Amino acid sequence: MSFGPHLFLALLEGTVSAFVLALTALGLSLVFGVMRIVNVAHGEFFMLGAVLAWFCSSAVGEPLAGFLVALLAAPLAVGALALAADRWILRRIDYHPESTIVATIGLLYVLQQAVLTLYGPDARPVSPPVYFTIEFPWFGYSGYKLVVAAVSALLLAATWWLLTRTTLGLYMRAAQQDLEMAQALGVPARRIYAIVFALGAMLAATAGVLVVPIQQAHYLMGLDPLLLSFIVVIIGGLGSVKGTLVAAFVVGLSDGVVSVFFSPTLAKIVATLLVVAVLVARPAGLFGAARS
Amino acid sequence: MSEDRNNSARPASPEEGISRRRTLQTLGLLAGAGAGLLPGPFSGLAHAQAPSGRPIRVGFQVHRTGIGAAYGRWYERTTVAAAKLINETGGIGGRPLEIVAEDDGTDPKRGPEVVEKLARQHKVDFVYGTLFSHVVMASAPRAGELKIPYFVVSEGYHVASGKLNRYVFQPGITDVRAQVTAVASWILDKLGKKVTMIFPDYAFGYDHRDFLSQAVAKRGGTVLEKLAIPPTETSFTKYFARVPAQTEVLYHVMVGPGVLTFVREMGEHFGAKRPQIFGFIDSLEGVDIASPGLDFLEGTYLWEAFPRYAQAPLAPHVQEYRKRVGVNDAGASMADPKDVSTFSHMFGCWETLFAIKQAVEKSGYRDPAPKDYRALIEYLESVKGFPEGIEHPQGAKTFSGRLHQSYGHQYVSRVENRRLKVVHRTRIEDGMYAPEADYTKQSL
Repeated sequence: MSFGPHLFLALLEGTVSAFVLALTALGLSLVFGVMRIVNVAHGEFFMLGAVLAWFCSSAVGEPLAGFLVALLAAPLAVGALALAADRWILRRIDYHPESTIVATIGLLYVLQQAVLTLYGPDARPVSPPVYFTIEFPWFGYSGYKLVVAAVSALLLAATWWLLTRTTLGLYMRAAQQDLEMAQALGVPARRIYAIVFALGAMLAATAGVLVVPIQQAHYLMGLDPLLLSFIVVIIGGLGSVKGTLVAAFVVGLSDGVVSVFFSPTLAKIVATLLVVAVLVARPAGLFGAARS
Repeated sequence: MSEDRNNSARPASPEEGISRRRTLQTLGLLAGAGAGLLPGPFSGLAHAQAPSGRPIRVGFQVHRTGIGAAYGRWYERTTVAAAKLINETGGIGGRPLEIVAEDDGTDPKRGPEVVEKLARQHKVDFVYGTLFSHVVMASAPRAGELKIPYFVVSEGYHVASGKLNRYVFQPGITDVRAQVTAVASWILDKLGKKVTMIFPDYAFGYDHRDFLSQAVAKRGGTVLEKLAIPPTETSFTKYFARVPAQTEVLYHVMVGPGVLTFVREMGEHFGAKRPQIFGFIDSLEGVDIASPGLDFLEGTYLWEAFPRYAQAPLAPHVQEYRKRVGVNDAGASMADPKDVSTFSHMFGCWETLFAIKQAVEKSGYRDPAPKDYRALIEYLESVKGFPEGIEHPQGAKTFSGRLHQSYGHQYVSRVENRRLKVVHRTRIEDGMYAPEADYTKQSL
């Protein structure tokens, strides 16, 4: 393949992974920004979304209907689980930064092992809701991957709208900027915390539902997105939504280009070096505000 | 498969796993008087003419979880079925065979711990059944240290290479080097001389890389590109972009949870303009050839060790084997046609258990003691081969006592009407190579 089409393929791959990454990392970033906690179990919410999508699609049978049901039901179920985790775990330890890390590591194992027990160790395929291949003159490309990118873009826009145009978003931003002042002005902090934690989990679960027809539902599939989300959130600046989006594109596109032209292993090395560089040069991340 | 599910006291079928508790219960009851009351895979042991005495305990290191889970499930079913047949037909030297299964999570860190646990805690006579080569490589040295015979069902060249130790045997399945050597000339003669390889980035993949390259060079072909893919990879399009345009044959072998995605993305990428494609069935083990998105495979070729789709005429022992392990004509579970077997690998478990039975009976092995182990190992090293039959349903094997390795026939199958049809069967000699090791010179 000559240089032009090669680059085109690299950018296509990069764009698709950037959108999915943005969706997954946004949840992690929101939770950290508002609640100041690092949710290590974030990748498991992604995995739960994928596994629930498998249950939905095998229960419904017809791929498109199954996908639509999953797109609705999986995030709701995972959101409910996150609400419960917030109520019974995080609130009990008072959202203490160090304790929540340990608690969410525990949650990670509980969720992973529960899925292993109930769903089994197999990687199970889910049929894509629409299946077509786009034939470029030089290579073919999965049409569903482009659908994934488009739906992710829509969801990102919706989240952006929620944050900037609604009262709920206003409360979230207020809690992020100054919790005590926000509480003094009547922002229901506890409820906001619960909603943010559930929202973060729902975003990850949605990404899982979208990705599962490309990959396969497997109980260990949450580890990769967790790692990549951390990379994105650290580069973008913990808690900065804009930073998360920019970083997702930097990481996604560089991953696509480096993987296609050189090797996927080198792409991971580059991403890790990027994290190191950002931590050295701008410890708060590209868009993160320095905190005292 | 969870332990809990296995522990229910239902009558077991080949569809089910082996429960440690159940086998222990069986053992306990055997010691007592009421053995006949317990439903289970070994309930036949209680009958009058059935095997008796201290059971031969075979520790089964199984990939129940982790990336090898699909293989592990079928390895376990095959093991249960073979053990059942052995116990129905008089056991091993008149003693019952008991399988003690332990999950290693397909994890090379866990592997040696499992070997040790089986040997020390469960006090098994032998350890058996490991498949994934990185786990074998990690576990075999521990078996050597513990001085317990370790029978792997892995395909990797690591046994025959001499890198392991005198306690490790692979009597049930041909190694990758021989498989690759046996089919390489067919690939070059029938499909093309310019080859690009895609393989997993660990020991098993390197065997493919090294020995196919050797065989290709010997036949006057060239390997244009060697693409190694980490076994946990989930997205593959980026690798296909690096397949050179002048490739005549794309040679693929992939393992792990992403295999269906791998093959599907290969089809999306190449579309109608694909080169000739030759794959190892590993890329599609446990995957239905008729899955959506795999139509492009029509007319491509796959190596198989044992044809997944029943091919007429079916020898009676093959028929019996397929029935006992519980697969239908398409190589899927009779209970659930969506559950496709790992047919080209799992027969190795069956054949290995029968090789263990033969070795115990012929060597006069009684107890897990150095003297008996020596007799068993020296007997196995004197074996020249195994004849085809219900004990070795995949076909006759030549056995090299020096290399501790079996050699059998290989198959090339073509995808036709979304099924696999055998087009070529290699001779055993086609895969033979000059030995590079001699375990018999090592001390015990």
